[in-house]
Amino acid sequence: MQWETVIGLEVHVQLATKTKIFSGSSTAFGAEPNTQASAVDLAMPGMLPVLNEEALKMAIKFGLAIDAHINEKSVFERKNYFYPDLPKGYQTTQSELPIVGAGHIDIQLADGSSKRVRIHHAHLEEDAGKSLHEDFHGMSGIDLNRAGTPLIEIVSEPDMSNAEEAVAFARKLHTIVTSLGICDGEMSQGSMRFDVNVSVRPVGESKLGTRTETKNLNSFRFMERAIKLEVERQIDVLEDGGKINQETRLYDGDKDISRAMRSKEEANDYRYFPCPDLLPVLIDSSYIDAIRATLPELPDARKLRFVEQYGLSDYDAGILSADAGIAALFEATTAKSTDAKLSANWIMGEFSARLNSEEKTAKNSPINAEQLGQLILRIKDNSISSAGAKKVFDALWTEEGHDVDAIIDAKGLKQVSDTGALEKIVDEVLAGMTAQIEQYRATDEAKRKKLLGGFMGPLMKASKGQGNPKLFTEILVKKLDG
Amino acid sequence: MAITRGDVEKIAHLARLQVSESQIDKLTGDLSNILSLVDELQAVDTTGILPMSHPLDAQQRLRADIITEENHRDEFQRIAPATENGLYLVPKVIE
Repeated sequence: MQWETVIGLEVHVQLATKTKIFSGSSTAFGAEPNTQASAVDLAMPGMLPVLNEEALKMAIKFGLAIDAHINEKSVFERKNYFYPDLPKGYQTTQSELPIVGAGHIDIQLADGSSKRVRIHHAHLEEDAGKSLHEDFHGMSGIDLNRAGTPLIEIVSEPDMSNAEEAVAFARKLHTIVTSLGICDGEMSQGSMRFDVNVSVRPVGESKLGTRTETKNLNSFRFMERAIKLEVERQIDVLEDGGKINQETRLYDGDKDISRAMRSKEEANDYRYFPCPDLLPVLIDSSYIDAIRATLPELPDARKLRFVEQYGLSDYDAGILSADAGIAALFEATTAKSTDAKLSANWIMGEFSARLNSEEKTAKNSPINAEQLGQLILRIKDNSISSAGAKKVFDALWTEEGHDVDAIIDAKGLKQVSDTGALEKIVDEVLAGMTAQIEQYRATDEAKRKKLLGGFMGPLMKASKGQGNPKLFTEILVKKLDG
Repeated sequence: MAITRGDVEKIAHLARLQVSESQIDKLTGDLSNILSLVDELQAVDTTGILPMSHPLDAQQRLRADIITEENHRDEFQRIAPATENGLYLVPKVIE
């Protein structure tokens, strides 16, 4: 039987405010346990929450960026459940009247086409603390620094039909929130967490299959694996005549397995009701318009500009505009190197490969735009070959050196482009290669090109790797063809 | 709408309240009485009236995003039953 997959996502995005959503405690990551947990965050009796305006503004920014309806009245509710890292016994969240209503995000598919994913709504809520289950003499340790960190939860419609689309959506969302500056995007620190709802149904069936929810995925790779694994599992169960239980599952990225949560861990009876400690949030259209005026350039607009301003292909512009850090680096590098295409190639090639292999971002990379631009400038003015440029790049990356020209000098990478000097080397080398020259001349003109490599090796060696290969080839062909 | 002993047991469990057998009977009656009151309210015609999310006719005040809280961990942890390395210790929540 042919199956089709239906995927919807719930994404938790930590907002980049300085303080918590309902208290003046710092939200900085990595502090000593419980040093950023105030009486409000600890749910001490008599404490009253007061909404952080910046969190509200950030949520509105997101809504405007996805073309959503912003609700002028939104209401906080209590979602009741018992867990030790939630000291109040309820999470303050929004349900009936969220700040952001329906919107949409367009994603780019592998075949270059685009697909619209509808957003059901996005609401403001608070994060919980962290439970540490390592050995505390049979007890759990609770750190409430994260309790009360502002989140927006973004709920998509079930519009994605495979893992790749879900990842494309997640990446696009990452791009949008980092471009807006409302989230630092640090996935490894839990700044974005994904819950995926997956179901399968026979092709042609209009009714949705029973879905499962895999919670708390914090990397694109884990998300992709977890979805693929779950789709396979569901199809196996159904083909064996079984049925899918609506359940919450946990994915273990290290072992690449998932398991159902015990029903005891679930207890899905949240008994929502409006929070009496918080009044309705009322805003008007002038408030929303003032926020709209502060929106930065968004990835889709940036992509169009890159095509027009720098003459990049659609594909290159798409890659370079997706991440705000990479986009800024590209523009600054191009300003220095004066060559957009060459800058684009270096950033998408060598630079991105190194970032990925070392799990770094444009922001914390050891090479800045000034250095990269200078390096590309030196390739462009023929001071170094591309092989030499890779060596300079390595030296910059490992911070063996910081100045491009100084590294070129120190490593003797300066390319010889003096035609007279190069011609002399060619003459000397050819003098000892009579047999090869005869073979070359005896070869059909169309096939001669293949034989040039046999001459280039000795030429590069004779010039200690410093001869300009392009000029060498020109001189060589001229002399050989006589 | 009447509620059952089972409902009371479930609600008590969700709130992690320990309720004795004799209390369950009393609570079942009390809570059912409260719900009958709600039933009376439900009977009122509310056509055209917007639902109210708060009894006060006011709107939420907003706070500037400025750090105003200092670290008072030591004071807070003085009343905690158990702490270690700055963490609050609680009965183990997973097996």
